[in-house]
Amino acid sequence: MLLTLLAAAGLALLRVRNLFAVVMLAGIYSLLSAGLFTVMDAVDVAFTEAAVGAGISTVLFLGALALCGHHESKPGHTPLLPLFVVLVTGGLLVWGTMDMPGFGDPANPVHHHVADHYIEESYHEIGIPNVVTSVLASYRGYDTMGETTVVFAAAVGVMILLAGRLGRRPQPEGKGDGG
Amino acid sequence: MREEVIVRVGAKVLAPFIITFGLYVHFHGDYSPGGGFQAGVILAAAIALLALVYGLDAVQKVVTPRFVRACAALGVIIFAGVGVVTMVLGHNYLGYNALAHDPEHGQHYGILGVELGVLVTVFGVMVTVFYLFAGRRRRKQ
Repeated sequence: MLLTLLAAAGLALLRVRNLFAVVMLAGIYSLLSAGLFTVMDAVDVAFTEAAVGAGISTVLFLGALALCGHHESKPGHTPLLPLFVVLVTGGLLVWGTMDMPGFGDPANPVHHHVADHYIEESYHEIGIPNVVTSVLASYRGYDTMGETTVVFAAAVGVMILLAGRLGRRPQPEGKGDGG
Repeated sequence: MREEVIVRVGAKVLAPFIITFGLYVHFHGDYSPGGGFQAGVILAAAIALLALVYGLDAVQKVVTPRFVRACAALGVIIFAGVGVVTMVLGHNYLGYNALAHDPEHGQHYGILGVELGVLVTVFGVMVTVFYLFAGRRRRKQ
């Protein structure tokens, strides 16, 4: 049911040309994904998806729309070549999944590399019940630090792109800094 | 939206609850879903809501762009600083066991520390990006 709605929202996203509707549909898509994650018991992921995908990024998209207008122009080329590339790539990816072990099989290698240790030992080693938090902040602390740095770097990038002359603006006109 | 009474009052009533919920998500992240990242986004959403309803200028007087920019950098420093502290105490970088005699307590403090870093950075970054988008629209007009 959720997957059907998800597919419907995805198809509608492709068809609609009004970007306001696209932003709203993207928000709905995120919310549906969050519901899907909840059904799969990945509550932490669902939480993040709802807060980031459906919440703040919708606001940021609206902010971006205010900058660039809300109607998508018609593409100037035929969609056949991109469609061909997408079909070939998608076909290759599906073909690649044939060799993967069955989905959700508890005997899969991915569930027995470090996951057993985390689930069985993390309460004794870290002392907190939420395994997600102990993996995120302790076992994988380096990764999370890198992630935090990436978020910071993203803000620096947006600042460079959008703020322009942020630091120099308070100076009065014609006083140095070459205009 | 300056004339809409319901929207203004609604935002005013909701904002403290959203901020409290954000802090709850942060400090309860050890026991329930959530953590610094989600909490930072929720806090930023509260700021965005207030800015949308009351206007950017009013909000920027309280939460200045300078402050949020500093937050974005400060969070990374807090996170990395926890690692440096554990190194000074003679353990590995980000080895939280160094922070207390009982390793479990050390892990607890360490996680709280780095999650605080994540919270501060994510809040600062989200609000900075929002300010930049909203402020640019105003400058163009």
